[in-house]
Formats: sequence, C-alpha cells, structure tokens
Amino acid sequence: MKKTMLTLAAMAFTSTPALAADYIIDNKGAHASINFKIQHLGYSWLTGRFNNFDGEFSYDADEPLKSTITVNIDPASIDSNHAERDKHLRSDDFLHVDKFKTAKFVSTKISDPKDGGGFDLHGNLTLHGVTKPVIIDVDKVGEGKDPWGGYRVGFAGDTKIALKDFGIDYDLGPASTHVELELHIEGVRQ
Amino acid sequence: MKANTDSWGASLIIVHWLSALAVFGLFALGWWMVDLTYYSDWYRTAPHTHKSVGILLALLTLFRLFWRATHKRPAPLGNKVERRTSGLAHKLIYMLLILLFTSGYLISTADGRGIEVFDWFTVPGFGSVIENQEDLAGDIHEWLAYTLIALAVLHALAALKHHLINKDKTLTRMIKF
Repeated sequence: MKKTMLTLAAMAFTSTPALAADYIIDNKGAHASINFKIQHLGYSWLTGRFNNFDGEFSYDADEPLKSTITVNIDPASIDSNHAERDKHLRSDDFLHVDKFKTAKFVSTKISDPKDGGGFDLHGNLTLHGVTKPVIIDVDKVGEGKDPWGGYRVGFAGDTKIALKDFGIDYDLGPASTHVELELHIEGVRQ
Repeated sequence: MKANTDSWGASLIIVHWLSALAVFGLFALGWWMVDLTYYSDWYRTAPHTHKSVGILLALLTLFRLFWRATHKRPAPLGNKVERRTSGLAHKLIYMLLILLFTSGYLISTADGRGIEVFDWFTVPGFGSVIENQEDLAGDIHEWLAYTLIALAVLHALAALKHHLINKDKTLTRMIKF
C-alpha cells in the first residue's frame, strides 16, 4: 500500500513539469479581458471586447518556454457598447454565433523569450469555425503574492488577424480587413 | 359615443389605409435593409426611417385602439362563421402590431439608447431585461412580421371576396367617407 502510494506520487511528480505552476484566469474578479479593435472607415478605432471566457495556463518564471495556455471564448458575448451593432456582429455576416458557439485559443509553443519575461506565444485560434495558427506577442506585467493569501501572475499580449483568414468576408472597407486583439490575462495559482 | 352606424367615419378610414401603407412599407423596408452593405447610401437612413415610421405607427395604433374602444362601429357583414373569423383575425392583427412595436423597441433600446424619430423627438430606452435581448427580440420581430403580412394578405383577400363574390359593402364602406 505504502509502495503504491509512493509510486503514484512519483508518477504524479514526473508527469507534470517540474516547477510549472497551474493558474486559472481570474474571470470571476474580472482581472482579465479580451479586447479587440478595428479601424472604422480608416478614420478611427472601434473597440470592443468579449465578456465571457475562461481559461487556464501553466507558467514558471524560471522556465517560460514550457508555458502552456488554453482560453475558451463565448463569441456571443461580444460587446461593442452598441446593441444593434452587437446583434449584427453575432449574425451570419460576422461571427455567426448560432452556428459557431465557441471560440478558443490553444497554445502550441513558446519562442523568443524576452528580458522582462515576455515571449512569443504560438497557438491555434478557432474563430467562426476556422482554426488558424497565430502568434501572440506577450509581455509579462508582474507576478507575486496578492493581499488575500493567493499568488498571481499577469500578462498582456496582442496579435492581429485578418478577418478573411477566418472566413469572415463582410466588406467593411479597405481599412478594416484586420482586427487587432488585445489580451490581458491575470491568473490565480491553484 | 356615436350611435351604431353604417359608416366607419373619415378619421378611421384614413387611419386604416395609412396603417396598411405603413405596415407593407415597413415590411418591405425591413426585409430589404437587413441585407444592405456597409457602404450603401441607405445603410444608416433605412433603419432610421424604419424605426421612425414604426414608432409613429405605434402611436397611431394606440390612438386607433382608443378610438375603437370609444366609438360605435358598423356591424360586421357575412355569415356567423365569417363574422367570428374576421373578429378573431382583427384582434390578432392588433395583437401582432403591438408585439411588433414592442419587439422592435426592445432591439434598438437593448443598450439603453433611445430611438430617434426623424430627428424630431426621441423615445427613451430602458436597457436590457435579458442577456443579448437584441438577438431574441430581433428573431421574434422577424417572425411576427411574416405572420402579420400573411394575415394582412388574408384580410385583403377576404375583403375582395366580400366585394366580388358576396357583392356586399365591406370594402366600399372602408373607402367612401
């Protein structure tokens, strides 16, 4: 019995990365946001966000290249602060949320670690039923104990996607073919 | 209250035909505007006009219902079944209209914005009662519109049937003051 427990403990130990900590994205306290911006006619930026998402990641400051992250996004939670526009964005002209009920990002690898703790985060983004590789330029913001007995780490990242790559071909004009995604992620260590 | 009469009266006749014009106009405009491209000249004006006319029709319909409740109207023509069915159809049309006004209002005001009526006055918005209210209200608005148009066509066919087959005054008394 004791031997089995030890074996199990050893297996558990070896099957997880030695020091990587598991974090859950703090969506309950809303210390994370998935924002987007797109040019309006080439004259200004239109910004919005996805209100509902969840995710988890592994991160260890000593071994950032071993980090992994998965984020699930509810595309129907898109919010550009205008109900009629949001209705249009959820329709089959854009996200078609009746048909494509989920969006997600799953990391595949980390490269180009930076001095401040940032890195290039490679992964597959699924949006509008299309899965494409994207690279998110990640900066580490900070890490440490919170005042309530927990431990947190947070990042900011951005990437740019072409709407056409994800099968969204509604014509918003030549200045509005790409969307920039801005991601702010704070994880609470489990 | 006026005594029971053989005439609808000029005001109700005008209101009836204005409503008919507005209902079919709103339907055509609504059906067309949802597929407009972003760079269309009508992308902003078509929904603005649709909402403005819709609000005005809502006010007209409220006035009409008030008038209906306070004035005598001509007795329905036709046999018992026809009188019953037409009574039911008319009530349904009023109900669909009210629900169309409500669902349309709930789309555009889901974020608390008001509805501007021809830059003339603004109907205030009260925000959402349910999540993604604009989507649900939009689906309901669309199906109610198809139902209302079907019923309005039936209503018109029935009037023609009274005029051409029964040769009674159903249609003419809605035209002549």
